[in-house]
Amino acid sequence: MSAAIELEGVHKHFGVTPIIRGVDLAIEVGTRQALIGPNGAGKSTLFNLITGKYPVSRGRIRLKGEDVTGRRPNEINRRGLSRSFQVTNIFPRLSVFENVRCAVLWSMGYGYAFWRFVDRSREARERTETVLEQLNLTARRDVPAGVLSYAEQRALEIGITIAGGADVILLDEPTSGMSRSETEQVVQLIRQVTAGRTLLMVEHDMSVVFDLADRIAVLVYGQVIAHDTPERIRASAAVQEAYLGVPAHA
Amino acid sequence: MSTPAGATTRPLAVAGARARWLRGSGVWLLAALVVALLPVVIRTPVAVPVMNQMGIAIVFALSYNMLLGQGGMLSFGHAVYVGLGGFIAAHALNHAGQGTLWLPLPLVPLVGGLGGLLFAALFGSFSTGRSGTVFAMISLGIAELMAASSLIFNEFFGGEEGITANRTKAPLLLGLEFTTDRQVYYLIAFWALVTTALMYAFSRTPVGRMANAVRDNPERAEFVGYSARWVRYVTFCASGFFAGIGGGLFAANYEILTAENMGLNASGSVLLMTYIGGIGYFLGPVLGAIVFTFLQSMLSDYTDVWLLYLGIVFLATVLFVPMGLTGIVVMHGAVWRARRLGRLVLPYTATALALAVAALGVVGLVEMIHVLVSAPVSRGTRWLFWVLVNVRTVTPWVAFAAIAIAGVLALRWTMPRAGAAFAEASRPGDAR
Repeated sequence: MSAAIELEGVHKHFGVTPIIRGVDLAIEVGTRQALIGPNGAGKSTLFNLITGKYPVSRGRIRLKGEDVTGRRPNEINRRGLSRSFQVTNIFPRLSVFENVRCAVLWSMGYGYAFWRFVDRSREARERTETVLEQLNLTARRDVPAGVLSYAEQRALEIGITIAGGADVILLDEPTSGMSRSETEQVVQLIRQVTAGRTLLMVEHDMSVVFDLADRIAVLVYGQVIAHDTPERIRASAAVQEAYLGVPAHA
Repeated sequence: MSTPAGATTRPLAVAGARARWLRGSGVWLLAALVVALLPVVIRTPVAVPVMNQMGIAIVFALSYNMLLGQGGMLSFGHAVYVGLGGFIAAHALNHAGQGTLWLPLPLVPLVGGLGGLLFAALFGSFSTGRSGTVFAMISLGIAELMAASSLIFNEFFGGEEGITANRTKAPLLLGLEFTTDRQVYYLIAFWALVTTALMYAFSRTPVGRMANAVRDNPERAEFVGYSARWVRYVTFCASGFFAGIGGGLFAANYEILTAENMGLNASGSVLLMTYIGGIGYFLGPVLGAIVFTFLQSMLSDYTDVWLLYLGIVFLATVLFVPMGLTGIVVMHGAVWRARRLGRLVLPYTATALALAVAALGVVGLVEMIHVLVSAPVSRGTRWLFWVLVNVRTVTPWVAFAAIAIAGVLALRWTMPRAGAAFAEASRPGDAR
């Protein structure tokens, strides 16, 4: 078996309200997969469970075969999983360059060092410059991230996510709020930066989903009702029912 | 400190780095030279003790800004680490005087620093889990805890009288004597420069950069592999270490420490001076400490209610220039580079005059209220601005109120014009 992410009977409830109601899902290494579903299905919650932001109520989560249930976000990140956020989540007062560099420091082993200068690190600078190049943000490197345009901030969001070299990438609605041409650029970027890595993304734009994903998981009311290739998902009656608002299971 | 404009190609970047390094070390050398020459140039007898106080305040405020400005931790109890470091240093100094410990005076601040570090490591272990309100409340609780402890642990804190020490009894290092204020000045200047350089260096290390990141967005820091708590903890410990060095300098300079030195007033002062100087800039607290200490020592010679005026200065800073004095200076950098500073002279002078008139009126009223409330009924006169004023007559009240109102009205007229002049002068490109 070679699953990058494996969920086993995962439940999550907030108080008495169940949000995730028993999810079993395996994301194979090296695939690009999408998680879709109607609003309120629990997609972002599932992301928050996988990345350690929320603890699960029941069930196990494994990352590359290792049980990471109950681990903190930074511990999960150090094991090679990185995520982006639906609402832009950057370091607004730091420069664009610093935003990306902060994301490469841990993976390069700098840790909590207070005895070495960060500006002296050539490898950190070069890695950061490479990422900025990919994001097309080189010209904006010294600008505080908070004053970037929305599309630039979304690109930076992805840059921070991939800069550390994690091999499992989770993107939460990377194209939300973007124009057609901006979306196309982001799809290009995602394709480029996730080459050879495992990608799981939440996305509402179906053209993006069918363009990028090898497999699609459909989450409806806290349960995965289908997990298959794009063609079969497109043809599935259950999925169509779910999206039309008719209950799939009466 | 502002970030220099980035260079796009590699050779340029390397040359830029070297130029930056040279310029950087030049700045430090210049600072050392200025600090060394100050007591030679300024020859008034009161200047040296005030400068000693400033040096200690600089170390204190810079260490505070590691928390507030760089780490986003608002502490109401930072004087605890200065005070504890100071008490430990004073005890160490006494042992050195008795010959039970070989410790020359120049190394006493280091002992204070280790003391500050020790207690920061202890208190930080449970206070750095969260920033914001929770952190602020815990810091206040620790300050209260230490105030209570000072009454309980008499042996260590010396009760009401505090702990006295004698710096001249410590063994000599390289034959350096510290009997006069001027000699102590060089000790304080040395440590102030060294700690300033070290604190600046800290801000350029991986954990120092991550402190900024955690300040901006602790959640995202967690998702790039860092524990926000650990980043805050390391920053907190470093801050406590430098605060303790400030405490050691205090012990060496004043040779006495009381519980007051770690009380809420002292913690409040460092917040005021750091904020007035500007928390967004590395050197902001330095400017704030100098201005605050200057005002404190000058104003207290003239008026009993000087603390009130400092409070007004603080309020004005928070309301009108939240980026602090350093922020104002930095803002004008672009105007200066564009050689348009001359255009601001007239509107700024007008504003300063209006401000002075308003201040004159307000100060007059405040001082008269102070006399009215605190002086015995038989005495109601006081010299105010070279005029003998009787507060039990109507005329001075009307006069000062009129001056104050006139000043405020004038400010309302000059301020927008000064603002517009600044906006015009700082506009990029050649404006005519």
